[in-house]
Amino acid sequence: MFDFLQDYDLLGAFWTTVQLTVLSAVGSLIWGTMLAAMRVGPVPLMRGFGTAYVNIVRNIPLTVIILFTSLGLNQTLNITMGAKDFETINFRLAVLGLILYTAAFVCEALRSGINTVPVGQAEAARAIGLSFSQVLRLVVLPQAFRSSVVPLANVLIALTKNTTVAAAIGVAEAALVMKEMIENEAQLLLIAGVIAFGFVVLTLPTGLILGWVGKKVAVKR
Amino acid sequence: MSSVLYDAQGPRAKRRNILFNVLFLVALAAVLWWVFSALDEKGQLDWVKWEPFFTGTEAWTTYIWPGLQNTLLAAALSVVIALPLGAVLGIARLSDHAWVRVPVGVVVEFFRSIPVLVLMIFGLALFSEYSNVSSDDRPLYAVVTGLVLYNASVLAEIVRAGILALPKGQAEGAMAIGLRKGQVMRLILLPQAVTTMLPAIVSQLVVIVKDTALGGAVLTFSELLSAANTMSSYYGANTIASFTVVAAIFIAINFALTSFASWLERRLRRAKKSSGAVLKADDSQIAGAAGTGTGGSI
Repeated sequence: MFDFLQDYDLLGAFWTTVQLTVLSAVGSLIWGTMLAAMRVGPVPLMRGFGTAYVNIVRNIPLTVIILFTSLGLNQTLNITMGAKDFETINFRLAVLGLILYTAAFVCEALRSGINTVPVGQAEAARAIGLSFSQVLRLVVLPQAFRSSVVPLANVLIALTKNTTVAAAIGVAEAALVMKEMIENEAQLLLIAGVIAFGFVVLTLPTGLILGWVGKKVAVKR
Repeated sequence: MSSVLYDAQGPRAKRRNILFNVLFLVALAAVLWWVFSALDEKGQLDWVKWEPFFTGTEAWTTYIWPGLQNTLLAAALSVVIALPLGAVLGIARLSDHAWVRVPVGVVVEFFRSIPVLVLMIFGLALFSEYSNVSSDDRPLYAVVTGLVLYNASVLAEIVRAGILALPKGQAEGAMAIGLRKGQVMRLILLPQAVTTMLPAIVSQLVVIVKDTALGGAVLTFSELLSAANTMSSYYGANTIASFTVVAAIFIAINFALTSFASWLERRLRRAKKSSGAVLKADDSQIAGAAGTGTGGSI
């Protein structure tokens, strides 16, 4: 009964899902950290920009952003992200959209982590004469990262699931292959079961492992 | 303006801040100018492309309003069905009987770890194969099915966390005066937990509204996002304009909901009528309690 699975590149589809997840995770961690630094920094304009970015981006559906990268950026403004063929372009656009969207949530997770660092830490760091960037880099962020492992893990899990939205612009990841399979084959429950199993395998260990890591590295206070 | 992370600024720091402000402004202006000129070059800023939204009501009454109605209808249906279902699942997960608690736990964790889009695609196929729902209504049914399955399990976790956040003394006190388990839950725990959970529930609404857009992009559900698509082909490829308008509507709805949630949170925290902690509007901490993540309010 599993014969038909061989007609589809199911492993390849899940590999695309993993690639989308990893690339977007790295990108959004970098951009999200920068946003968080802007939001807690002393420069009013950066603070305003960070706040506006987060409030705007997290209230737009991811689907709108992803579809816009394809229809707006690519087809209207001819942005190709340095790729030639259709598939690579859409893959990179999807990564771009996922980074822009997820960074807002990374920023919020980090900010909640910064809030858990006791006031005395930053005060002591200032008292020995560290500048803002030193306070943030050497004292506050290292502790903030450690206490935001669990919220960041939740963002990562959500990101894994959100990569399916890339199906909207034709990236051949798990959800698109599922749609294709359902249209051609009769075993609906079996197909859904296989795809669901794939996502459970991807997300459940992430949650468990990172939850354990989060407990392990959390600063005991 | 000072914070704990930096000192009150002296003359040098103030000068440096002004410099950073100016540099950032220049960088921002450069990006904006680049965007503006790219749009202008492609003629996306021409008045013709934006006119339909500002003169006359055709675009609003023919495309946007029906789309918005479908978005709100799908979101409302999902909430109305998912809320009681989530409450039942959440309470069942706290049951004393392992044969109730464990299977419900498995179901909840299962549906939380699957993307909504996969559930929607499954729902669409399910309705077309095993029901006689007309093909016009199928996308709506599929979207609502997917959203209910996913959000009921997320709401179940919110309900569970809300009840667990109450002080132990509440349940103990209730049992001490001779209430039964059902009465403890119904009369003592749930009423207090509901106020505790309200902010988290309202911000889950934002997730639901955002996820309806998936139906438009993948399942041919004619909601607000698909209205943008139709408009941009009808009004001569005004993609940028249509998407801007639609995104602005989504932002307005969701920003209102988010602000309402944080207002509720502040108010409940201040009122302190319920003795438990108030669940944050951003429910990442709830997921932390659950072992596996929900992905919170994304």
